[in-house]
Amino acid sequence: MRAKTVDRIATAVIVCVAGFIILLLAALLGYLLVRGLGHISFDFLTSAPQALKAGGGIGPQLFNSVFLLVLTMIITVPLGIGAGIYMSEYAKDNKLTAFIRLIVEVLSSFPSIVIGLFGLLVIVNTFGFGYSLLSGALALTIFNLPMMVRLTEQSLRSVPKEQKEAGLALGLSRWKTIMSVMIPVALPSIVTGSILAAGRVFGEAAALLFTAGMSSPRLDFSDWNPLSPTSPLNPMRPAETLAVHIWKINSEGLAPDAPEIAAGASAVLVIMVLLFNLGARWLGRVVYRKLTASK
Amino acid sequence: MNLPAPNSREDLATKPNKFRKHVMEELRGKAFVYFCVLLLVITIFSIVYFIASRGLTPFISQGVSIKDMLFGLKWRPEGNPPQFGALPFLFGSFATSILAAVIAAPLGFCAAVFMTEIMPKFGKSALQPAIELLAGIPSVVYGFVGLSVVVPFYRDTFPGQGIGIMAGATVLSIMILPTVTTIATDALRSLPNGLKEGSYALGATRWQTIYRMILPTALPSLLTGVVLGIARAFGEALAVQMVIGNAPHIPHSLFESATTLTSIITQSMGNTTSGSLHNNALWSLALILLLMTFLFVFIVRVLERRVKR
Repeated sequence: MRAKTVDRIATAVIVCVAGFIILLLAALLGYLLVRGLGHISFDFLTSAPQALKAGGGIGPQLFNSVFLLVLTMIITVPLGIGAGIYMSEYAKDNKLTAFIRLIVEVLSSFPSIVIGLFGLLVIVNTFGFGYSLLSGALALTIFNLPMMVRLTEQSLRSVPKEQKEAGLALGLSRWKTIMSVMIPVALPSIVTGSILAAGRVFGEAAALLFTAGMSSPRLDFSDWNPLSPTSPLNPMRPAETLAVHIWKINSEGLAPDAPEIAAGASAVLVIMVLLFNLGARWLGRVVYRKLTASK
Repeated sequence: MNLPAPNSREDLATKPNKFRKHVMEELRGKAFVYFCVLLLVITIFSIVYFIASRGLTPFISQGVSIKDMLFGLKWRPEGNPPQFGALPFLFGSFATSILAAVIAAPLGFCAAVFMTEIMPKFGKSALQPAIELLAGIPSVVYGFVGLSVVVPFYRDTFPGQGIGIMAGATVLSIMILPTVTTIATDALRSLPNGLKEGSYALGATRWQTIYRMILPTALPSLLTGVVLGIARAFGEALAVQMVIGNAPHIPHSLFESATTLTSIITQSMGNTTSGSLHNNALWSLALILLLMTFLFVFIVRVLERRVKR
């Protein structure tokens, strides 16, 4: 009898904890949306921030975040897939491979602030890129590369062996087999994973403080020449992203409506992350349906 | 019908281009993947090299002793003589991340048990997505919520200003909960079924099975999750910096302003000139962070070896 009572109590406790976690998430999202949504308007999303007056927006920050995300993914995806292909197809089972695996693991557990500092030292100062979108994108590439590598490796490993062997048996080169047989099969999970990685980029701030900078110069949204210094497309201009902006107004914001701006910007950030999450799943399914015969 | 006679030698002779194309294609592909991996290796070595070269300068040429930095209590970089005691930062970092793990570990284990043993279906459809979403929320948002909910709550409930180690640990515990839970869940799922069935067949209740069979068997993997969580908490910068108060001394209570390695770096790095002693001392702190990462990876490796055995 006693054992059964204990069992019941333990079960109840575990169920309560699980319920608590779900409630916690609901409360967190509810709080952010209730406090933030009231402040979000078209004007808030498009206008420039104000340093001392109320009524500033997050327009440039939002644009910077998206642009930085695109830049980062353009650099990360090919490099990550390349290294992932090496790890799963070309690496021999020896000490060197074990060492590279260790390196990837270490790189993925570096704190993002350390990557940001490395970016400051090498990319910003030594390469002379300055506080710029490009420096930020390179730092985030370092930050995201291990995840991309692991992801590609796992997806390629889950491709059925027969498909690879069939490709090789037809006389295709190894590279051709990988590119035209294995990658299409692995693509859905690579796409899903990359979008989740992109979500991480979108919310990252610590690695960007000292690489993309904490200021945003006045942007001229009618000037689309990437070489002009006020053009939004210029990758060499400093750019404060949305996440950095939230941090900055919370720690040193002088505008009277700073808490509201922080709430609104946080809500925007969380909504974007939710969209990335849902989008990743949906796109993964679509790609899977497109590339395979299944319905 | 005049079919061309299958003559492979002639084929090869007439199609040297095709053969060469295959080889070239393979070579190009190989060159690309080797380039990617080489870049990865170079990156990590240069991270270690550059941070170490900056971080070691105060000890080698600027007359700061390692002992003073690790055990000194006063951080007065602009004082005369300047003092670089990093113990308050180390204390703050360890206290917040270990406290966060103490809060998050039981919650994570319960969630994992719930998802694998008690209600697998509901767990998969509700709890797992919830955990994944928690993992996706950016750290500045956690910092913002901490600043606007957790800190006022502690300020009203406990003596003190609300900011401090407890507030930092609370925010961090939610941030590392997904790490702990995901790894614990994977560990519990991969246990052999016979173990559980054997226990049930002997008449054990579910809790007895969980407590006496499942937890001890999965312990190394569970610990791996906790260590990874601590590692993440240790390196987290902005969320902690926003709620901890940033006073460079060892606090007397959990609700008193304190600081961590990451927050002092975030705060001061932008305000110091490159190459100055103050600046280099900050790089030393970054080097400590780096070394701690190596230590965490090492512990995880040791634990994983235990799992495999």
